[in-house]
Amino acid sequence: MNAETSAWERRSTVRVVPPVRPRKLAKVPFVELADGRLQGVVSSGSDIERVYVSSFTTGTHAYSCSTNNNRPCGALPSGSSPCKHLHLLATEAVLQYGIDRVARYLRVDIDDDAATGAELVHSMNGQVERAPAATVFSRFLRHLNYLEIPDTTTPIPEMHWFPALGATR
Amino acid sequence: MLAVNLSELLDGPLPGVEEALDLVAGFDDALVHGLSRLGEDRAAALAALAGALAAGPLGVRAGEAAEKIAAGSVADEHLSVLAGGRAALFGAVHDALLGRLDGALGRARGPWEASPSAASPGADNLLAGCRSWLHELAIAGWRGVDHDLVSAADQTIEALLAVPELRRTAVLLDGLAAELRASSPIATMERLPARRWADLWTRALLLSQPGAPAGAPQPAATVSGRLLILGVDVHEHATAVQIQVHAVLEPAGGGTSRLVRASVAAPKVDTIVGPALWRLLQWHPVLLGALAEHRSLDITDQPLLDSGDLVWHDDRAEAGEPADPFTTARVLLGGALAPAVPPLDRHPVRISEPVLVEGYTATTDGGEVTFDLGGQALAVDVERLPSCGPLTPELVAASTACVGLVRWDGGRWALQPLAVQAMVKRKPVTAHNGDWALGPTDPKVMKAEAKAGDSVAVLRERAGRLLRR
Ligand SMILES: [Zn+2]
Repeated sequence: MNAETSAWERRSTVRVVPPVRPRKLAKVPFVELADGRLQGVVSSGSDIERVYVSSFTTGTHAYSCSTNNNRPCGALPSGSSPCKHLHLLATEAVLQYGIDRVARYLRVDIDDDAATGAELVHSMNGQVERAPAATVFSRFLRHLNYLEIPDTTTPIPEMHWFPALGATR
Repeated sequence: MLAVNLSELLDGPLPGVEEALDLVAGFDDALVHGLSRLGEDRAAALAALAGALAAGPLGVRAGEAAEKIAAGSVADEHLSVLAGGRAALFGAVHDALLGRLDGALGRARGPWEASPSAASPGADNLLAGCRSWLHELAIAGWRGVDHDLVSAADQTIEALLAVPELRRTAVLLDGLAAELRASSPIATMERLPARRWADLWTRALLLSQPGAPAGAPQPAATVSGRLLILGVDVHEHATAVQIQVHAVLEPAGGGTSRLVRASVAAPKVDTIVGPALWRLLQWHPVLLGALAEHRSLDITDQPLLDSGDLVWHDDRAEAGEPADPFTTARVLLGGALAPAVPPLDRHPVRISEPVLVEGYTATTDGGEVTFDLGGQALAVDVERLPSCGPLTPELVAASTACVGLVRWDGGRWALQPLAVQAMVKRKPVTAHNGDWALGPTDPKVMKAEAKAGDSVAVLRERAGRLLRR
């Protein structure tokens, strides 16, 4: 182990989670790399009450898209290619995490100059495979619930372990 | 801070600190590999930690805990005792460091007086859930933590977040769980934040002891007077943001000025970053307005904790006259009384003493910025510039005066800038972390924000539509 690593390991405030880049949230309010999938929630273009749950699976690159009520996405008959919701998901994931992190998580081999979600989707060769929408949707609701919790003016000394770091600018 | 203060601060190592941190490193290494397969070396490390505590109140129990764990029996109680021991070592390191810093700055600090502990929040089953998760983490070791073990905390964290009295524990566990999740598979990680995760684990275990945590900040008084802002420190992880305003309080009716802090913490999600963070704190417009407009505040009957923290009530504050934080630092900082640190909070990570530094030469070398102050080098932590404010490493490197916080980590002192006066293209520029509290003022940033849309509003709309039906 080199000296730099050992000094890093003996620090209390190092960055562990890579920063997330800002992006527009209107079309794809939720994206995550979790449960072995790139998964997220895509707002319907036509019905404000409806959302789609879309995902790509790590390794197999199987993809899935359905409404939050678990009805299959109409634009995704079996044997076809990924629908526009999946394309939007990939595009926003690349904006949020950077293409390298998404490709590494999904285990996709991308060209060195690949930069967009479309190129990421193009580099995958999976099949349609229904993934459960309910779990992802409930994780999205849990995510939204953070904004419903009131703030507090009682200090949280533990936050000194989590300094705001400005590397994304 | 003058050159003479800095040379006193940097004047050689502090006795005992290195030794204490070596003992801690042994314990932290045991947590990396898990207490269920300790092996001889790591068992010896636990025994050494216990040995260092032998003369103190934890002595006998720490020795017993180290022995039992080495023999393969890891009980809750043993873990709590060792966590207490690790925290006690850091408490001693904290006290030595802060003593050195106060001495170097000539800063007077009030004595800590134990206030009666608050009533227990009475959520013992939730706290037991925390302890049991922390227990499993310790058994598995960081290297053995997998996705299922991380997810096992989800429900507990969700329940903790709903209890205002347990917010500290909730925010801490949520931050730790997010890091473990993002790091997985941990077994193959090249390097592992061993000190950091052991810190978080230790604090979480102390906070989740049954009843109210002993030695946490307690209400001490209510105060009124004029509040002169020095700057704002910003803390952030994926699901929480906290601002901590450092200020000098001139008490109504006279008396010694004191250093105080006012904090606001709000839950958030990972996609809310940059200047949008301020919108999560919008229910405190008087405080945010004073930050953005560089004004003093007149406060009336605000509760003050024995840690020097105001429990902010925006409706008990009024915007006052314009007040330049650099002037406040020049004129008032030297004579202000610093608050005592409650026992539970004594960890070097919390050291954040406001200072004014000027008359230096800033140099940049491979992204590292250093202030040369009378021949002494002061490291500047330019990573620690929040994206919700206008400070950049370039601006700090071009600066001639800086209000900042002195911090200590990884064996060295560093300055965290909160505000700078700089020369850019031969024109004087001043920038404070809180300048954008009411929205960005830089046209470039305003344009980018307008293009990205209001992320907070978008998610609140989605929450309104999807959560309440
Ligand atoms: Zn679809």
